[in-house]
Amino acid sequence: MSPAALTDRLARFATTHAAASAGDGVRVLKQTRVTVVRSGGVVVKAHPEGTGEAALNARLRVARTLPGILLPPLTERAERVGGRLVTMWPAGEPVDPADPDAAPWEAAAELLARLHAVPSTGLPLPPAGGPSRLLESVTHLSRLGGPESPLDGSYTGAVDVIQAAFGTLPRDLIGTVPSDSFGRPPGDLSGTPPRDLSGAGREVYVSSSGPVGGRVTHGDWHLGQIVRYKGEWLLIDVDDLGDGLTAWDLARPAAWYATGFLAPGLWERFLTAYLRAGGAAVSPEDPWRELDVPARALTVQLAATAVAAAHTEGRPLDDVEQDLVSSCGRIISAAAATAGSPQTT
Amino acid sequence: MRCPKCQGSMRTYDRNGVHIDQCENCRGIFLDYGELETLSRVESQWAQQQYTSPPPAPHGGPAWGTPHHGGHRGGHHQRSWVGMLFSS
Repeated sequence: MSPAALTDRLARFATTHAAASAGDGVRVLKQTRVTVVRSGGVVVKAHPEGTGEAALNARLRVARTLPGILLPPLTERAERVGGRLVTMWPAGEPVDPADPDAAPWEAAAELLARLHAVPSTGLPLPPAGGPSRLLESVTHLSRLGGPESPLDGSYTGAVDVIQAAFGTLPRDLIGTVPSDSFGRPPGDLSGTPPRDLSGAGREVYVSSSGPVGGRVTHGDWHLGQIVRYKGEWLLIDVDDLGDGLTAWDLARPAAWYATGFLAPGLWERFLTAYLRAGGAAVSPEDPWRELDVPARALTVQLAATAVAAAHTEGRPLDDVEQDLVSSCGRIISAAAATAGSPQTT
Repeated sequence: MRCPKCQGSMRTYDRNGVHIDQCENCRGIFLDYGELETLSRVESQWAQQQYTSPPPAPHGGPAWGTPHHGGHRGGHHQRSWVGMLFSS
């Protein structure tokens, strides 16, 4: 189905709800792996191809049980529209991307702290999607440069650095993937590319045992994942919601901070609000004890995604992308320094 | 004034309160008494400003973190990373 045909079908599906706009008020909010269409007071989302129906429905059920934390879905279950799983949500107001200083950093941190206080035991949740997103990005990077899209020499250095930084991550993280789908040790991504972990492969994680922490984890948090609805900020996007290591939800801002994008003041505002709200993902006396691994993972993921995008667009790496690769370089040096020094603990 | 090396004509510049005579022919530079010391002093003041490390963050950072000098990146650079704040 063409993208235009899909958005058309989604807009029509939206009109099954009374809050949808009857006339022209249809806007396409997103058209990536997911397609999101807004019609009046209703947002309809087509989930990525290959999304597992049982896992998505389990995530919807949990979203309905956490009012005040997660935006409640308008649909009980995911429906099929044009071959895609589709869900319906009330329309909220997103964060203004023009001014990161004015973003609700504190509100976001408090929402995550409250989410992380929810025990996942007894909830029918699959593992959170953080580690599988990392693996998808690194797998995608390692598949660049095939005969159909030869890798430009200017990228190969960056790809080597990103893969080496990936190799510093602990094996149990990579252990979330069954060995037959990623049959080589982390960091050894040369040679034959691993099996495609996107699409239908995502379902693999639902049935595999990921690193579970016994707490509900968002799995893909960033500033685009909160909206204001009826006057309160709420988390959105349940696609990666699951049982996981809650520190992964802080890892993206931690990676931005460590790479030098996020000003120390903003990072401190976010982290302090999280701790003040009782957020349990990190220890107040040494948050980087828990943050180090997931922040390294997210830095690798951001760099892999950025370099793959530059390659696809056929352009040299920009300053931001270079900074992410430099961060990967420092991850390698820091890991080498740690390996070379006696353990103090 | 003539250049003591190639006899080219010298031109006078003012840099941080220091008079510098430069030959327009061989680009050689002539400093008066004490001017080299003044330049060294200005240079070390500048270096001190550059390398004074910012106060440590209350919650620390990773061993592999970039040294922060506070504040956002400016101009177009900021625009291109802000997109990252809002996307997967």
